[in-house]
Amino acid sequence: MKILVCMKQTFDTEAKIAFDGDGKIDNKGVTMIMNPYDEYAVEEALRIKESGEGEVTVICAGGPKAQDALRQALAMGADKAVLLETGEVDMDEYATAIVLAKAIGELEYDVILGGFRAIDDGSAQVMSRVAEVLNVPVVNVITKLEIAGDKAVATREIEGGSEVVEVALPAVFTAQKGLNEPRYPSMKGIMKAKKKPMDKKSVSDLGVEVAPKVKAISFSLPEPRQAGKVVPGEPAEAARELARLLREEAKVI
Amino acid sequence: MAKGIWIFAEQREGQVKKVAFELLSEGRKIADQLGEELAAVLVGKDVAGLVEALGEYGADKVYLVEADALENYTTDGYTKVVADLVKQYEPSALLLGCTVTGRDLAAGLAQRLETGLMTDCTSMELADGQLVFTRPVYAGKAFVKASCPDARPAMATIRPNTFAPVAGAKTPEVVKVTPDTGDIRQVVKDIVRQISTRPELTEADIIVSGGRGMKAPENFKALEELSDVLGAAVGASRAAVDAGWISHSFQVGQTGKTVSPVLYIACGISGAIQHLAGMSSAKCIVAINKDEEANIFKVADYGIVGDIFEVVPVLTEELKKIMA
Amino acid sequence: MEFKLNEEQEMIRKTVRDFAEKEIAPKAGPMDEAEEYDYSLWGQMAEMGLTGIPFSEDYEGAGMDNLSYAIGVEELSRVCASSGVLISAHTSLCSWPIYNFGTEEQKQQFLVPLASGEKIGAMGLTEPAAGSDAGATKTTAVPDGEEYVLNGSKIFITNGYVADIYVIIAATDKSKKHKGLSAFIVEKGTPGFTFGKKEHKMGIRASATYELVFENCRIPKANLLGDEGMGFKVIMMTLDGGRIGIASQALGIAQGAYEEALKYSKIREQFGKPINSNQGIQWMLADMATRIEAARLLVYQAAYLKDSKQPYSKEAAMAKLYASECAMWVTTKAVQIFGGYGYTREYPVERMMRDAKITEIYEGTSEVMRMVVAANILK
Repeated sequence: MKILVCMKQTFDTEAKIAFDGDGKIDNKGVTMIMNPYDEYAVEEALRIKESGEGEVTVICAGGPKAQDALRQALAMGADKAVLLETGEVDMDEYATAIVLAKAIGELEYDVILGGFRAIDDGSAQVMSRVAEVLNVPVVNVITKLEIAGDKAVATREIEGGSEVVEVALPAVFTAQKGLNEPRYPSMKGIMKAKKKPMDKKSVSDLGVEVAPKVKAISFSLPEPRQAGKVVPGEPAEAARELARLLREEAKVI
Repeated sequence: MAKGIWIFAEQREGQVKKVAFELLSEGRKIADQLGEELAAVLVGKDVAGLVEALGEYGADKVYLVEADALENYTTDGYTKVVADLVKQYEPSALLLGCTVTGRDLAAGLAQRLETGLMTDCTSMELADGQLVFTRPVYAGKAFVKASCPDARPAMATIRPNTFAPVAGAKTPEVVKVTPDTGDIRQVVKDIVRQISTRPELTEADIIVSGGRGMKAPENFKALEELSDVLGAAVGASRAAVDAGWISHSFQVGQTGKTVSPVLYIACGISGAIQHLAGMSSAKCIVAINKDEEANIFKVADYGIVGDIFEVVPVLTEELKKIMA
Repeated sequence: MEFKLNEEQEMIRKTVRDFAEKEIAPKAGPMDEAEEYDYSLWGQMAEMGLTGIPFSEDYEGAGMDNLSYAIGVEELSRVCASSGVLISAHTSLCSWPIYNFGTEEQKQQFLVPLASGEKIGAMGLTEPAAGSDAGATKTTAVPDGEEYVLNGSKIFITNGYVADIYVIIAATDKSKKHKGLSAFIVEKGTPGFTFGKKEHKMGIRASATYELVFENCRIPKANLLGDEGMGFKVIMMTLDGGRIGIASQALGIAQGAYEEALKYSKIREQFGKPINSNQGIQWMLADMATRIEAARLLVYQAAYLKDSKQPYSKEAAMAKLYASECAMWVTTKAVQIFGGYGYTREYPVERMMRDAKITEIYEGTSEVMRMVVAANILK
């Protein structure tokens, strides 16, 4: 079983957002982490491998620092890593999908996993787009995955419930929290990671033209919310006053 | 040249999702400014009865795509029929609600149509004939304005509760489409719906949310009672979810759901940056917390410093009287 | 000179920090309150390989260096000093002497399960009348056929009762004072080996501290660690390394308290502005950060010397002396910055201040550290 995991390096969830001189989001001094949803994808890949046999390859499109996220996956137990160096090229979800799909097309695969979204742009697009380019089925937002032979049965989250979907492999699955509990890299894993292969390819190595479809115009910070009023009094008294304020002043009920 | 503002009229079990009406209402304004028509794409099985409602919110035209195979949503089936339709009629824009289904459909569809897609947008405007969308990034810690200048249709998913649904009675022209649903590779084996009388978290007007201060799972009962009085959804912070008190599907925040209700009542939630990212676009925020230093008070319109177990029951009783 | 951690060292910090924040931090307060460690955490640490960081893979260790080990203990202690000392005592005081002085058979029998985390380790040195003065050890080991017979007691034993394997120091020839000491490996459950009272302590309250009692406890001769009379050497070399562990623990406590104070100083407002806009608070924070950085350099240097097989006794003593006094000072200031809240158990700095104190005492008091440094610079 050949298992691929597409992953992304993102800002730490604690990160504060600031802009650089060009008005773009500044990543200086920001702690970078593996996108949390991708951790579920890596863990699931390792579990599939451990339940039978197989090989897990992790792929990431990004800058040189993204190697850290790939190394973390290697330390968790993935076998190989591929870094697609996008350099200064302007990327959107369309372009990223083209690059990833091209690199994936050069590899063997039965199962492709990824987080259902990244916590930075939160666009939840790339994996579906990759599936489209590769012409393989996709099942998004899964919380359970069972592989049996050349088929997979996945449970995916839908509004107000869940859905059990069967697909033939190869297929793309995107992970939601709840799929599993990702392991921490082990100390031995950390030591082994540096000896595992890390293949680096630039966009031009892949021989694809990437031209984004979406253009960012400007970035801004949300209007800071002002602290309102503290409703005074004993708990019961304050609660009664709050009910009145919600109806008469805020008019929200 | 591509023309027409299209919205995907998501329906589930014979009910049009509220977000579709919100999109029609705002889409109506854009269509009028551009002098283009506003059309809804309605996909399903035996859904013709929903056409009228789409007209009530301003649709000039409804593309009615019906087939047995489209009864339940599948990525392949829906992508195929909507992509075929778009290729045939070439609209200039296609808007979907940023729901689980809208998000699932939009991404693959955008790739098949080789176009750009902006996710979870919270505003939409026309600038020099281009639709410009604002969408949150880093879970709302920043916003980006973006457009899809060249490819058509420009696609976007819009966060529910962003636009107000405004009735604008029309009798839409119905274009019946006999679809080729193609080879649907996702076989739906089972659908399990949680029985709940409460609204969907992402669509709810009012959310009552609990955090670490709830102390135990059984204490969420008090929040459920309050939410029932208000017709609200119940939410939770990551701390409550990680403690195992409530399932992840209720989590609000950076690694949960992003919500924009009219009223958000945070009970025993300290207000970690990740949580604030998921709810600070609420119109009105109420915080109830024992710790007067809690971060949540910095964003709250109304705060009560006190024990949630003393405040919430009284609030519930009081609101019961008011709402009666 | 290069002040830069390598990739593995960076990764161990990130990994252990992540683990400590997510899994240990929420339990640190309650464990302190209950004076009970949650040993499910030990299982998790074993799975991650934190129970045998500096030992070779041949013995189920992680094959990392001592600097990585120091970073591991630092990161655990940053959120929970009891977790830091659990790993430090297990690794430095029990596994390490077996690793360094043990025969191949002893390593296979004892080090392998210790490093893999299947078993927990501890060391028994201190006695009611023999603290800093190991030569006054009263516990005896008398050869009898193929066995030694142990009699006596040990107090203040970290990981006592919970540990499965103990390195015990006993006198095989009392007349020779410290030259008559020997080291033994004793397993829990050996007849004649029982536990006395559990200590109720000021700090590191989740860490188990017990009295060990030996009454005609017979152990195989094969459990002698090194040769007879080598006990003092085992103690001295083990404690040199142990001091790096405790210095790392102290560093972690200081770092944790500093971060808490820094965070609080930004959100706590008095007179309409955050308290960190006051120069008085700013200077406290600046001093805390500076002392911590100095402590870190000393600790990492000692670990580096050990890794590069250079003498490190003096540097380890300096690191332990400075880092532990730094921890006490920094945690005291952290409580000060928190004001009244800092004195309550609502915030972790109160616990950190209590935890810091022991680092000035165990595995050689600050006074003994000064003696070691002085002896080194005066020779």
